[in-house]
Amino acid sequence: MAFFLNSIPVPLKKNTADKPALRMTEVKSVTLPMLMHKGTPATPVVKMGDLVKVGTKIAEANGELSSPIYASISGKVTKVCDYLTASGERVPAVIITADGEMTAEELSAPVVNSREELLAAIRESGVVGLGGAGFPTHVKLDVDFDKVDTLIVNGTECEPYITSDNHTMNERVDDIEYTLNAFKQYFGVKHIVIGVGDNKKTSLENMKALATRVEGVEVLALPSTYSHGSEEAIVFHTTKKVLPQGKLPIDIGCVVCNVTTLAEIGKYLQTGIPLVERYVTVDGSCVKEPQCVIAPIGVSLEELFAFVGEFECEPERVVVGGPMMGITVPSLATPVLKTTNAALALSPAETKFPKESPCIRCGRCTNNCPLGIAPAAIEKAYAKRDVEELTALQVNACMECGSCSYLCPAHRPLVQTNKLAKMLVKEANN
Amino acid sequence: MEKMLHLSVSPHTHCGRTTSGIMLDVLIALLPATIAGIVIFGLEALLVVAVCVAACVGFEYLFNLIAKKEQTIGDYSAAVTGLLLGLNLPATTPIWQCVIGALFAIVVVKCLFGGLGYNFVNPAITARVLMLISFASVAAPAFPVDVKAGSTPLVDLANGKNVELLDLLLGKHGGAIGETCSIALILGFLYLLFRDVISWEIPVSFIGSVFVFSLLMEGDAEKALALTLSGGLLLGAIFMATDYVTSPTTPAGKLIFGLGCGLLTFLIRYFGSYPEGVSFAILIMNLVVPYIDKLTKHKVYGGKKA
Repeated sequence: MAFFLNSIPVPLKKNTADKPALRMTEVKSVTLPMLMHKGTPATPVVKMGDLVKVGTKIAEANGELSSPIYASISGKVTKVCDYLTASGERVPAVIITADGEMTAEELSAPVVNSREELLAAIRESGVVGLGGAGFPTHVKLDVDFDKVDTLIVNGTECEPYITSDNHTMNERVDDIEYTLNAFKQYFGVKHIVIGVGDNKKTSLENMKALATRVEGVEVLALPSTYSHGSEEAIVFHTTKKVLPQGKLPIDIGCVVCNVTTLAEIGKYLQTGIPLVERYVTVDGSCVKEPQCVIAPIGVSLEELFAFVGEFECEPERVVVGGPMMGITVPSLATPVLKTTNAALALSPAETKFPKESPCIRCGRCTNNCPLGIAPAAIEKAYAKRDVEELTALQVNACMECGSCSYLCPAHRPLVQTNKLAKMLVKEANN
Repeated sequence: MEKMLHLSVSPHTHCGRTTSGIMLDVLIALLPATIAGIVIFGLEALLVVAVCVAACVGFEYLFNLIAKKEQTIGDYSAAVTGLLLGLNLPATTPIWQCVIGALFAIVVVKCLFGGLGYNFVNPAITARVLMLISFASVAAPAFPVDVKAGSTPLVDLANGKNVELLDLLLGKHGGAIGETCSIALILGFLYLLFRDVISWEIPVSFIGSVFVFSLLMEGDAEKALALTLSGGLLLGAIFMATDYVTSPTTPAGKLIFGLGCGLLTFLIRYFGSYPEGVSFAILIMNLVVPYIDKLTKHKVYGGKKA
């Protein structure tokens, strides 16, 4: 039986899609944690009192699964201190106080004449998976491209509010094109599919125009309903192949890259300017004038929100990422990271969750799960800590999109329980 | 120190649907059938329905009070059970019998098993079956105020008499309060579909299979249609067999469940000692729901067939 991918009708609220992004140039200070990627924290190479410019390297990658970090403003290093990441790791952070000049470092485009040099350049660019995953891109691309049928470029961006990839595809076509040409030349990529959410008309036109210029590029308009932008969904939509559980796209001959990641690589290859800024969608019901902002990495959410204007109402929750999978932050002092594609200030009304009540077996979670999992059954098995049953229910397939919790009329914490169940199964298997 | 914000695990937003909202939708969907029943059978019908609803809500309130449990009447599920029970009874049912039915439905079938979501059979159906086998007044149909008492369309059809389809659609014939007016029930069905409270699978496979079996037995489409619109089939298939708690989850499971209900209804109608079999069919199928659920799991992405 062919697999069918469900999606759910979450209002997409892409309020900032049609407004050009605005660049933040006046920033008081930035906080740059050494861990903004998956892997080992970077090692600071500056100390208190050092003067830095935009693009000055402030931290070196520590090992292969790591990424260097660059100053995003010019000024003085005022502190190197402890920083607690969202996942609870304590890492150093470099704090730079701005001199107000935004002076740029003298930079030149890297010399790239081979596959190895291209990989090294990507590593030096500081680019990691900018869709939110933060996986070091040079590691993902260090594969034998002879075994890759398709390079899939993800431009679906299905979470509500977020328009960062949308702006990349509207405003930075040249950078994307440059990267794709470099990949073709040095990696030998033959077949490239750019999947664009069908709600992004300008992006689709831009990508289709790009496909006429670059040979081997195919553009697909993909469903834009939530969670059709997941890796599982985009692999399925573009190749009709299903990603086996616990396997990576490379195992079925695919490499999936976020479109903004590619644009940042292109910029570095052309100019030598590393990853120092990114599109951040600033929105949410408390934001009066939502706006996609080009923000220096490390700027505080407080400065970011102030840049787009006053709050309409006092936010109860501030989310980094989308409302379905993003994480809440404890305070507005939290900085924009490499992976921050949106900062949302949500009102109490928007985040209101009534008290949970018993499951009425309505089946909304099970019948709408994009991956066909049964969260209601998993919840019951988890209550009994039944690892065998949880394994049989294939809880590990859960990608934590949150559709089940979003739909549950009894307000049961279903995806939250899935996460706990996955941890339980993992512990039991260790 | 800067202001601290609320922390929570994703998702940070919700579709806004609630259990009480769904129950309210069911009550709204039952409104046409309730009004039709009162118009057809008179104020006696209103009294039966009102007593059933009040008794069900009252018993749940009292049970929670005595058992020191959190009050649950605000989810309207007790009201739904009460209304369904009332609509499944003839207008002539004595009040004390209504109260006993409500007591059984709410306290024995629902609350003693853990309340909403934990009962394994439908409370209203089970109470109706108990009353059917206990009280002669429930087994005997009531008749509209302006219709001569006689037999129900189902009995007439079984005896080879002809029944006007228009009468079946409008409900001007003998039966339980809420089961006679087909138009009102179909209106409720459309409302439930439109509000995405239920899906089409159970009602369509249940009603459809009864029609097909009847057609095979009778060889006459009009008579098969008359049999389909008679008795408690529409009320049962649309409002009772679709009870979330006691029906399967996946579309495939729902089709099997509806088909099973249809087959049992047909068998009881033709070969059983009762003229109608809808309640018994649903009750029996309720019991096999866990097995149907087990057999009809969804295929999980990237995994082996569950």
